[in-house]
Amino acid sequence: MDIIVCVKHVPETAEAEIRIDASGRDIEKQGLVFDINEWDEYAIEEAVRIKEKFGGTITVITVGPEDADSTLRKCLARGADRAIRVTDPKISGSDAYAIAKILYNVIKGMRFDLILTGVQASDDESALVGPVLAEMLGIPHATMIKRIEFRDGKAIVNRELEGGFEEVLEVDLPALFTIQTGINEPRYVSIMAIRRAMQKEIKVLSLMDLGLSEEDVSETGSWIRVKEMFTPPAEKKVEFISGSPNEVASRIVEILRRRGLI
Amino acid sequence: MVEILVLAEHRGGQLRDITFEMLTKAINLSSKLGAEVISIVLGKDVKSFAPTLAEYSNRVLLVENPLFEHFNSDLYQEVLSRVIRELKPLLTLIGHTSYGIELAPRLAASLNIPLATDCIDITFENNSLIVTRQMYGGKVNVRAVVRRSESYMVTVRQGSFMVQKPSPPLGGRIEELSIPMERVVLRKRFIKYVPPPPGGVDITAADIIVSIGRGIKDKSNIPLVEDLAKSLGGVLACTRPIVDKGWLPSDRQVGISGKTVKPKLYLALGISGSFQHILGMRGSELVISVNKDPKAPIFGYSDYGVVEDLFKIIPVLKMKIDEVRARKE
Ligand SMILES: Cc1cc2nc3c(=O)[nH]c(=O)nc-3n(C[C@H](O)[C@H](O)[C@H](O)COP(=O)(O)OP(=O)(O)OC[C@H]3O[C@@H](n4cnc5c(N)ncnc54)[C@H](O)[C@@H]3O)c2cc1C
Ligand SMILES: Nc1ncnc2c1ncn2[C@@H]1O[C@H](COP(=O)(O)O)[C@@H](O)[C@H]1O
Repeated sequence: MDIIVCVKHVPETAEAEIRIDASGRDIEKQGLVFDINEWDEYAIEEAVRIKEKFGGTITVITVGPEDADSTLRKCLARGADRAIRVTDPKISGSDAYAIAKILYNVIKGMRFDLILTGVQASDDESALVGPVLAEMLGIPHATMIKRIEFRDGKAIVNRELEGGFEEVLEVDLPALFTIQTGINEPRYVSIMAIRRAMQKEIKVLSLMDLGLSEEDVSETGSWIRVKEMFTPPAEKKVEFISGSPNEVASRIVEILRRRGLI
Repeated sequence: MVEILVLAEHRGGQLRDITFEMLTKAINLSSKLGAEVISIVLGKDVKSFAPTLAEYSNRVLLVENPLFEHFNSDLYQEVLSRVIRELKPLLTLIGHTSYGIELAPRLAASLNIPLATDCIDITFENNSLIVTRQMYGGKVNVRAVVRRSESYMVTVRQGSFMVQKPSPPLGGRIEELSIPMERVVLRKRFIKYVPPPPGGVDITAADIIVSIGRGIKDKSNIPLVEDLAKSLGGVLACTRPIVDKGWLPSDRQVGISGKTVKPKLYLALGISGSFQHILGMRGSELVISVNKDPKAPIFGYSDYGVVEDLFKIIPVLKMKIDEVRARKE
């Protein structure tokens, strides 16, 4: 089974204090820690498990700056065989649709049985690169996948619906699946394995190598363009409780008592 | 005529809330644009939906076919691409649901019309479509301009628009569309539904919920919050990552892919407040959150907030609650 996995190198923002930058159109990236997109970590792990069962190769692809090599190396350390990075200053301003176009141009000449992406990237949360890529390649797809099996040359997958429900689909191969968190338990990668992966080559491509121009990507080739970024308005007016843990706890107990909750 | 097309979503014989949320927004936009609202519904047996949809639409398009018994994005794409090509609606609205996520990106790409996903607001300004959506786990909102086009597509986040039934009802014209599907070769086939595994604890019945997120850091810290829940006479619930890691069973998950809860108290500990989680707890009467990040989105949905390390709060809080309880007895 030859598998392609698309991975994105993203800033970790859940716990970081984030600030809107001077352009007012993005966050200040300096000082943030970047790592593999959470969903893509499950995707690469799933690819490795399939390879361990059926043999074959894994190619990881990212569109991103040179720093994204650390994400590619993590994938190589996990068990990927080849890594490709597309880097070009002209890509700046590209939305998820333009990224899908770039990935399509990398993949279109390649041989593969399966493409895995994450459900969504934790930065732009578009959830569209996978299905758009499948459309461009003309292969079937299914999103939010929680389980993959193979039977008679076809994939049997579980897709997540709302409320804990799932549906089971049979999909012809080659196919593209977007992977949902919880599909597996990503393995721990040792420092040794990452060090060994340092020796592996990362193939770097530019837009020109792909026969693409700036107009195909960037803001011109995108579906949407961020105009401004701002702090979300609060739905409820929160009252902050401050003080020592002791004072805070007393206050909470007081609130609960007043409401007859304790 | 300018048209706004809304894809009605249904499951298990019921129209889903998102359908009416989108129709409400479409009606709102249509009055400004002088547009017609057209709803379209696909299914094996959808005539029963027509009267309700007609209240919210100027036209209702029914597409019935035994093939549509279960949702299949390939079939939906076949039908909708034909309809959109013919009708050329200014805007097509689809829910950012598990169905819409599967369908919309591919449909938009095949029609070569721009799509903005997971939007919480939609406006037309100076002939441009401007959408509001979130990034970085709900920590920021962006307003984005969609590339100029004759026809646009937007997927709408669930729970973004409050449903308002038009009065008087729009009384839309009901039309049946027949679209030949014989030639469609399916490369993706529905096999069956899998219901959630039967759970041990029904968190939806609880008055008091202590809920934990990734801030709990390690499985070994779970007894700490279990004890707090016990002291409060409540149950323990959690965000998705806690279930993904196998720290708590899936019947404890609150959110869009888990349970919807409406307790009297929702105590959120180390939860960032991504909208997928918020959708499951928004109806709680009282929300108290503890998070060390003052900008955590959860605070925007809380009555009281504590910006602090949860491990500093939990033990003291449990002690004080136990004291009150002991005094009462
Ligand atoms: C299709 C889909 C469906 C989904 N369905 C669901 C769902 O049903 N339910 C759900 O919950 N999620 C769901 N998610 C995932 C969701 O997007 C978020 O990833 C998830 O809710 C984040 O969980 P969290 O708040 O626990 O973790 P994080 O976002 O990582 O937040 C952890 C928080 O803990 C705080 N923290 C860390 N340490 C401490 C400390 N010592 N003291 C106090 N605070 C601390 C941090 O500041 C941070 O705010 C879904 C995602 C997708 C794409
Ligand atoms: N720059 C990128 N490089 C490689 N893959 C990407 C990139 N952006 C998005 N993807 C893939 O597409 C998925 C969905 O991203 P998105 O549609 O942006 O939410 C991610 O989980 C990745 O698998």
